[in-house]
Amino acid sequence: MSQSKSRAQQSTAIALPRRTIIVYTVVALISLAGLADATYLTVQNLAGETAVCGGSPDCFRVLGSIYSKIAGIPVAAIGTVAYFAVFTFATFAAFGYRRARTFLAVTVLMMFLSTLWFLYVQAFLLHAFCRYCLFSAAITFFLTGLMVATPQRP
Amino acid sequence: MRRFLPFIIVALVGFITVGAGTILYRSKRPTTLRISEEKGAEQEKPGSIHVRGPAQAPVTLEEFGDFQCPPCGKLSGPLLEIEKDYGPKLRMIFRNFPFPNHQHALEAAYTAEAAGLQGRYWEMHDLLYREQSNWSNAPDVKQLFVSYAKILGLEIDRFETDIAGPTVKARVIADQERGKSLGVNATPSIFINNQGVPPNSLNPIALRAAIDEALKEKEKPTS
Repeated sequence: MSQSKSRAQQSTAIALPRRTIIVYTVVALISLAGLADATYLTVQNLAGETAVCGGSPDCFRVLGSIYSKIAGIPVAAIGTVAYFAVFTFATFAAFGYRRARTFLAVTVLMMFLSTLWFLYVQAFLLHAFCRYCLFSAAITFFLTGLMVATPQRP
Repeated sequence: MRRFLPFIIVALVGFITVGAGTILYRSKRPTTLRISEEKGAEQEKPGSIHVRGPAQAPVTLEEFGDFQCPPCGKLSGPLLEIEKDYGPKLRMIFRNFPFPNHQHALEAAYTAEAAGLQGRYWEMHDLLYREQSNWSNAPDVKQLFVSYAKILGLEIDRFETDIAGPTVKARVIADQERGKSLGVNATPSIFINNQGVPPNSLNPIALRAAIDEALKEKEKPTS
């Protein structure tokens, strides 16, 4: 019984070099900043603040635009889920869970591609930049950089 | 214990995120504004405010708007349709609330007021909203506003004098002062029969529901 348990553990969790653990920990910590940013924007959307003008006009042009929702779901809410997923996968990856590393790489890649699209929308379709969206873009670029620099095999 | 640690960390961050989001949402939930009886539009002199619709209409929709505010522009079309659909049951009031961070908003408000001095306020109001995307980023907005005045058949010399005159400025300031005194800090801010509409209800469906509700209230027999 105890033998099969330890085998199952071995198939999921592996020992990682210290440097890799540090990188995943940094990814998890940085994703928290993105999580806070996306949560703030989601709350702003739910409270109806993006349906009115009152602060930065550029932010309201971006957050109140047709590109700010996908099938009625605010992009910020999708971002919140994505950052939480990054945090979860990075945490599990830091603890040596092999699959979490693959999920983390896929999630960060998808976020990177989405970020490129949203930067294009802001620059060429809306001609306005929202500082919260730019902050999120910077975080995603940083996460992508870290993932690229992380060795995928221990 | 180490096996469960990632689960504990993730669950903890999840709880903190949901908790912080809930607290933030509660703090951001707008307080519903209300116009008191003594401040109601009924107390104002006819001609001193911009009204469209019959004075006896059971429902009054009062909007504080900024001509350069994209959400105001987005809502202007549906509001026109609402006005058409409700006909004599609805009275519209528009108040200027230009934001200083909107480069041409104040000038647009003066333009509408100057058109109003020649009896074409609402025509200019509708035109400014319809053309919002064209003039919002225009380098020479004055020229565009003069061209709008020409489209509406205004006397251009008078229009240009009025736009720089004290009368239009005083009207815009009066609207802004009224808005501030009511707690308005965003545009569009809408009141239906003196009851503020929350920002997340600033859409055609919710506005129609609020107007229907106000109509029902008015139709209720008073005891």
